[in-house]
Amino acid sequence: MHSARAWSVRHARGLNAFYVWFESLLMRMHGLFGWLGYERAEKPVAAIEKVVKGLLFDCRMCGQCVLSSTGMSCPMNCPKTLRNGPCGGVRADGNCEVKPDMRCVWVEAYRGSERIPGGVEAITKVQFAVDQRLQGRSSWLKVVREKTAAAGAQPAGAPP
Amino acid sequence: MRFEDEPVPGYPLPILPGHTSPGRFERVLRAGGFAVTTELAPPDSADPQEVYQRARVFDGYVDAINATDGSGANCHMSSLAVCSLLTHIGYAPIMQISCRDKNRIAIQGDILGGAAMGVCNMLCLTGDGVQAGDHPQAKPVFDLDCVSLLDIARNLRDEHRFQSGRKISFAPRVFFGAAENPSALPHEWRARRLAKKVAAGAQFIQTQYCYDLPLLRGFMQQAEALDLLGKVFILAGVGPLRSAKTAEWMRAHVPGMHIPEATIARLKGAKDQAREGINICIELIQAIREIRGISGVHVMAYRQEETVAQIVDQSGILKGRAPWHPERDALEFSHRNAS
Repeated sequence: MHSARAWSVRHARGLNAFYVWFESLLMRMHGLFGWLGYERAEKPVAAIEKVVKGLLFDCRMCGQCVLSSTGMSCPMNCPKTLRNGPCGGVRADGNCEVKPDMRCVWVEAYRGSERIPGGVEAITKVQFAVDQRLQGRSSWLKVVREKTAAAGAQPAGAPP
Repeated sequence: MRFEDEPVPGYPLPILPGHTSPGRFERVLRAGGFAVTTELAPPDSADPQEVYQRARVFDGYVDAINATDGSGANCHMSSLAVCSLLTHIGYAPIMQISCRDKNRIAIQGDILGGAAMGVCNMLCLTGDGVQAGDHPQAKPVFDLDCVSLLDIARNLRDEHRFQSGRKISFAPRVFFGAAENPSALPHEWRARRLAKKVAAGAQFIQTQYCYDLPLLRGFMQQAEALDLLGKVFILAGVGPLRSAKTAEWMRAHVPGMHIPEATIARLKGAKDQAREGINICIELIQAIREIRGISGVHVMAYRQEETVAQIVDQSGILKGRAPWHPERDALEFSHRNAS
């Protein structure tokens, strides 16, 4: 699984571009999700998300994905689940303090972030405390829900 | 040393404009002094006298004392309890909060509780992994990381709110800090990580051991480039190495520890290795004092705490300043207790 993760970081730029397109596709499916009911869509969408992102990123389904801000290296794979950068225990070979055979998730994340346009600014932004209630839920649906709600709250004609 | 506006020696000081705590540690830093902090290893005991004994060796030489919170993931008396005991005789403790053992409910409760006991300084840490300590079978919590913890702590103090948004009636008046390791990979990103901690609310930083001066200088230059120097007080971590063997052991087993070959070679070549370890530490402190943007040193001398006074004294960093000494400074204290 580590090799798939490493591949994803190497291809952070392409994956990020793909996600931007994919998100716009999801946004267009808002009507469908609304008709189905978001809660009813939750289970099947989360299942698909788990398989796809599990393969690519060893996704832990935290339900509040920040991959675009972490160079496509999933921070929930850090044994301390650090979402704001590496701890002080990174080994001299760039491996993890807790799991000596694993590359530090954040050493990878920084490399990935340099490949994504705007990635360096994104990775230096403070990530607030995780909402543990979202564990196991779909980040995709959360994004669509939040973005459409935000767009709805904007007066017509205002910039997004 | 007593401050002019100190109501009763060892009691909380009036909070000056721009300050966030009634503590002497923040006072020293904001007045431009070169601060000295050290580390107290909490005892494996329920006896308060053991805490006082461990603190006594620092009397008159340090501005604040860190009480570690299960350091190295080993079980000891809690940092909150040690700090509470220390405030009873006027010490300025720094309560360490690790995210490894507690979730946000417990941590926020401890911040309020610590502040209520007179603790003015708290250091927000992620914590070593449980695999490093004496209870590797324990469940690691890590509900927060040090940056999200800083954010929550600052909101408690400045917005008077728990993370849930619920109001508190009296905010903790605390000077918040964080740690950083200039020697750990990836070097070129360490200062940006520092920037994140400052953005989340860190007012002071205590670093891991810095035996490699070029790395520390590089880190400080990066911090300066990111315009951080006026925004946070940085205390560099130093400590005496007892022998070449201990140094090699620490390098292999303490997470994030970096000791250059040259330092170990110098220890090996010395007749009295313990003395040489102290000399190296003193030289490091004198060199660190010259680095732009460094506001003090954090002297860590695990199991050789008695050397701290000597190191501070011989390095000449206090320049005649005499930090808190309960017996000398608090004659009135005994009257208070007697009544």
